[in-house]
Amino acid sequence: MAEFTDALFSIFFVETLINGLLLGGVLALLSLGLNLVFGVVDVVWICYAEIIMLGMYTIYFLHVDAGIPVIIAAGCGIAVTTILGLLVHRIVIHYLLDAAPINQLLATGGLLFFLQGSAMVAFGIEFRNLGVSLGSLIVSEDIYLSWTRILCFVLAAGSVGVLYVFLSRSYLGAAIRAISQDREIMPLMGVDTKKLYLLTSAIGGALAGLAAALLALQYDVHPFIGLSFGPITFMICVMGGLGNMVGGFLAAFIFSELITIGGYFADLEWGYVLAFVVFIATMFVRPEGLFARKS
Amino acid sequence: MLTLSQVNAGYGDFQALFDVSLDVRSGEAVAVIGPNGAGKSTLMRVISGMIPAFGGSITMQDVSVLDTPAHQIVGMGIAHVPENRRLFARMTVEDNLRMGCFSPQFRDRYTERLEFVYQLFPRMRERRDQMAGTMSGGEQQMCAIGRALMSDPKILIMDEPSAGLAPVIVQQVFELIERIRGEGLTVLIVEQNVKQVLKVVDRAYILEAGTIRMEGTATELLESADIQKAFMGM
Ligand SMILES: Nc1ncnc2c1ncn2[C@@H]1O[C@H](COP(=O)(O)OP(=O)(O)OP(=O)(O)O)[C@@H](O)[C@H]1O
Ligand SMILES: [Mg+2]
Repeated sequence: MAEFTDALFSIFFVETLINGLLLGGVLALLSLGLNLVFGVVDVVWICYAEIIMLGMYTIYFLHVDAGIPVIIAAGCGIAVTTILGLLVHRIVIHYLLDAAPINQLLATGGLLFFLQGSAMVAFGIEFRNLGVSLGSLIVSEDIYLSWTRILCFVLAAGSVGVLYVFLSRSYLGAAIRAISQDREIMPLMGVDTKKLYLLTSAIGGALAGLAAALLALQYDVHPFIGLSFGPITFMICVMGGLGNMVGGFLAAFIFSELITIGGYFADLEWGYVLAFVVFIATMFVRPEGLFARKS
Repeated sequence: MLTLSQVNAGYGDFQALFDVSLDVRSGEAVAVIGPNGAGKSTLMRVISGMIPAFGGSITMQDVSVLDTPAHQIVGMGIAHVPENRRLFARMTVEDNLRMGCFSPQFRDRYTERLEFVYQLFPRMRERRDQMAGTMSGGEQQMCAIGRALMSDPKILIMDEPSAGLAPVIVQQVFELIERIRGEGLTVLIVEQNVKQVLKVVDRAYILEAGTIRMEGTATELLESADIQKAFMGM
């Protein structure tokens, strides 16, 4: 017991909490685009993490093979995923808007395997590292915080802020909130639903690109990388109440703190186990998510 | 102003309107009445582009409505207050009103139109920050009509604005329609409250099983024995 309280009041525990907060930034950014698309189009992009994977490859090849500065490569990565977002909507989702949800899931799930398989054929299975590190912020002798994670946190918070202002203040933002409530009457408001869906898919794709840029700084890219953070992204969205962006944002931090605190007392794998157990328990108590809006 | 000729429409294989012709002149108020399932809402939907027509023609001030993309029809001056109000329940009253002003050509007049709607419905000003779905039925109807008026339409088409409201509120809705008419707006209205609607409109069409059965001035129809028997229980 004394050991436990010692651990609780240790400086390393503070570091753990801060690292959890920073990991939360990454997870929040991951869930943001998926949540936005779901909230508006009402279709879950199961292949969201695979779009991020392709964004990471774009950045990797442009920077490592073509020698383009990493910040420009990241911009190109975002452009590529924006276009991918548009294509996913126009080529697949567009035809499934009125289809049964299971068919929509199967279609975007199929797309996941298609993208994963294509990446494997095209790029091989080796792990590729961008070789760029932003280093660490040295807070004290014992505490190092990764600049990449800090950047992630700032960008995630910034993106949520920008998106929030856009959704609450602009005409387009109002239309995005409205279309998720009643698609049928949107033409009466003068809204071209096709265009609005494309716009949303483009924003969702761009957010995937931003996530790709930040993940490429921290992790090796390989064709299956989507599998390592795709599922957790869905769980965060579901826990926050699918389509509820603020809920998803908060859920990302709940998840990340659980993971890092679990990792502090045992090891990281146990952290994930803890997070998933809490997730499943939440689903029993509140199947519609912690912050679901009342319908 | 608004002219329908030989309009056929429906859903998939199902035809709900058969060769419907009707016209509404500028400044007029016209009612469409008929039993449940007659196709009244279908008629409203085809005018505002919510569903496509199978055939026929619809023109608004000599411009073809059927050839205009659905989201541009409101820009021609046709505003539709849909059946059951269809507010955005989880948005505030003011955001709902703002949606009525969405088309870029309306946006610079937003403040002016909002003031107009708030003058017409002071209650909406009081409730501006309330979620639309939490208001009473009568308030929701005001909000739905207000939303349609935000685009400063030439013709307002309303689908059963008094449905589901308490008798006192129904009375208020009809007073409101008279006030809207007073603003010089042209009105096309679907109603089940036949007796009351005939007191506020100039003319009416009787729609039955997707076809126009009868048309006449409000006074003619109010006195018609058939109408009294069929719709007023006399
Ligand atoms: N979305 C739809 N899909 C298929 N059929 C429909 C649809 N909406 C209406 N119908 C059918 O079209 C016919 C006309 O319906 P409509 O809603 O226009 O009637 P209405 O005159 O407005 O009736 P009410 O007075 O009950 O509102 C009905 O037979 C109805 O079942
Ligand atoms: Mg109807």
